Amino acid sequence: MTAPLLEVKDLHTQFFTDSGVVQAVNGISFDLREGESLGIVGESGCGKSVTALSIMGLVPEPGRVTRGEIRFRGEDLLRMPHEAVREIRGRDIAMIFQDPLSSLNPVLKNGFQIEEAMLAHRHLSRRQTGVRAVELLKTVRVPAPAERAKDYPHQLSGGMRQRTMIAMGLANEPAILIADEPTTALDVTVQAQILELLRDLNQEMNTAIIMITHNLGVVAGLCSRVIVMYAGQIVEEGPVDEIFDRPKHPYTWALLRSVPRVDAVQHERLRSIEGLPPDLISPPAGCRFHPRCPFRIDRCFRVEPPLEDMSPGHRAACWVTMDRAYAEMGAGELLDVRPGAASGVYDVGDGHVG
Amino acid sequence: MDTLAEPQAVEAPARSPAPSQALVRVEDVVKHFPARLGASVKAVDGVSFHIARGECLGLVGESGCGKSTLGRLVAQLLPVTSGHVYFKDIDLTRLRGEKLRRQRREFQMIFQDPFASLDPRMTVGDIIAEPIDNFGVARGRTRNERVQELLRIVGLNPNFNNRYPHEFSGGQRQRIGVARALSVNPSLVICDEPISALDVSIQGQIINLLQDLQQQFDLTYLFIAHDLAVVRHISHRVMVMYLGKIVEIADSALIYRDPRHPYSAALLSAIPVPDPKVERHRKLIQLEGEIPSPINPPSGCRFHTRCPIAQSICSEVEPPLEQKAPHHWSACHFSDQVGSVAPWARG
Repeated sequence: MTAPLLEVKDLHTQFFTDSGVVQAVNGISFDLREGESLGIVGESGCGKSVTALSIMGLVPEPGRVTRGEIRFRGEDLLRMPHEAVREIRGRDIAMIFQDPLSSLNPVLKNGFQIEEAMLAHRHLSRRQTGVRAVELLKTVRVPAPAERAKDYPHQLSGGMRQRTMIAMGLANEPAILIADEPTTALDVTVQAQILELLRDLNQEMNTAIIMITHNLGVVAGLCSRVIVMYAGQIVEEGPVDEIFDRPKHPYTWALLRSVPRVDAVQHERLRSIEGLPPDLISPPAGCRFHPRCPFRIDRCFRVEPPLEDMSPGHRAACWVTMDRAYAEMGAGELLDVRPGAASGVYDVGDGHVG
Repeated sequence: MDTLAEPQAVEAPARSPAPSQALVRVEDVVKHFPARLGASVKAVDGVSFHIARGECLGLVGESGCGKSTLGRLVAQLLPVTSGHVYFKDIDLTRLRGEKLRRQRREFQMIFQDPFASLDPRMTVGDIIAEPIDNFGVARGRTRNERVQELLRIVGLNPNFNNRYPHEFSGGQRQRIGVARALSVNPSLVICDEPISALDVSIQGQIINLLQDLQQQFDLTYLFIAHDLAVVRHISHRVMVMYLGKIVEIADSALIYRDPRHPYSAALLSAIPVPDPKVERHRKLIQLEGEIPSPINPPSGCRFHTRCPIAQSICSEVEPPLEQKAPHHWSACHFSDQVGSVAPWARG
């Protein structure tokens, strides 16, 4: 196994708001290997996007990385001189966003926006960058790329704009492409095309991909490994087949069975997770999932579970784990368990919601 | 009962299965919006269907297919260009002013964005009671008791009636929207993408709530969404739209197992399934190009420009929406060639 391309160690990112310090990312560590496709899943506010922004150095005010290391090919981006970091970000690590319309400049031609990324990092002439921009549009399967390069973003459809964004991201042949919900705003047939494109880029150009999404289906189709985040922390990490087949953490388990599937027998009721994720200004003591967890034991209220190896490459942070739940209850009884149902979680408590 | 006798059989779904039980009958409804230079956007272009009492009819399609416009036409929030919308056999398109307003109590709407659809300066109690006040259903103490009961019904603390929307999360706000829709005991609720703005775990809560309420209060739903998995879960029948037309209507189990229109098949093949083993065997039906402009839609079958099985007749003759199998209607000349293409169909 090769050395990791990217190593994130004990990353803490906090937002210093008027109401208090929001612990958006709270001590996460993970690796990304060369050419790998890693998924980060979780719901709004779990810290998955803030993790990406921290890697890119784009955490908005009033937030900042307060602790940890982000090592790219061994070098810590957080402790490098500003100029050196600028060289890496945008060239070796590129990012694409959910909403291509607000990420593209409306008054610049599509082709030029792709060229800009190259002009910032490479010593190429405008002639060379112009040719390469059209090539890149062709790579991302934009029809009539030479003409589209001369168009403005508003003249493109949502899918074509997202392709243009991907072309910008690829302009400097990055080692890592971070995609933050790149298909969420798109229709399902267009989403399928973009995912296929990302899959091909990952396999053919060996670009490592970090796919940040709330959509478990997207991860299942694109990624080989997945990280599940909850309330600013990693609760589980492992190969997709294992995580989807035999999740160890109750949150992963509950999340997987809460989504309706087109290929499944219709159930009477969805097995939803009741309640809300915690407020990250004053998160619950112990395990952050314990208020909604149906398998909690006394210890979960008091002591935070560490992320521990369950099997090679598979980690989970839980005092109980689903193995024990299966052993004690059996699959039949587990079907009727309703996470969060007993805790009066419909109430908003003090009325504050994160 | 149905006096219309169109030769093209486009009225067929309105006759099936039992129009006498239909709460809503939509007949040949057209909605054109004016565009530049005298052109028009043909958002909804001649659709007919019915919604039976107590059923949940799912309506799916991609952006710009006309599904939201159709929802608003059924709710009479937009006037039709032509055609009829019958609610309990009353033609809503003929009603004006106070007569239409009185009917509106019967059909309420739940909107997609729980942030934009609640007035930030009104208390939750006043938001929920607004329809009650508008229709003079209750006053004073009865009104307030009704509001508290509604909060309880949708799973919120009844004492929160004096709070403001910003104090609630997205899922809780959507519950408030549901309470408002139910406040005047409607028979039909039009849900326009009611969960697409919510997180995965919250979506399940709202879907379960909508299903419970449907049973409890004998509601009829028109459920508009782009998420086909959610629509399958909640709907008895599913209707697929493309470029202003209905291309397929069928019982939801049927349409997912055995789609009879190539567009439905393509949609189904594109849905990501949260199972890596299923995903590895996905057979994606790639659609050529993009959705054509609704200002100048293609001739014949509107889908022919992107259809993987189109033949010359498809660009010339528009296929009528016809019954192809029991409870299964499709508008395709070659519906028997669509086959089982869903990635999980192999068993």
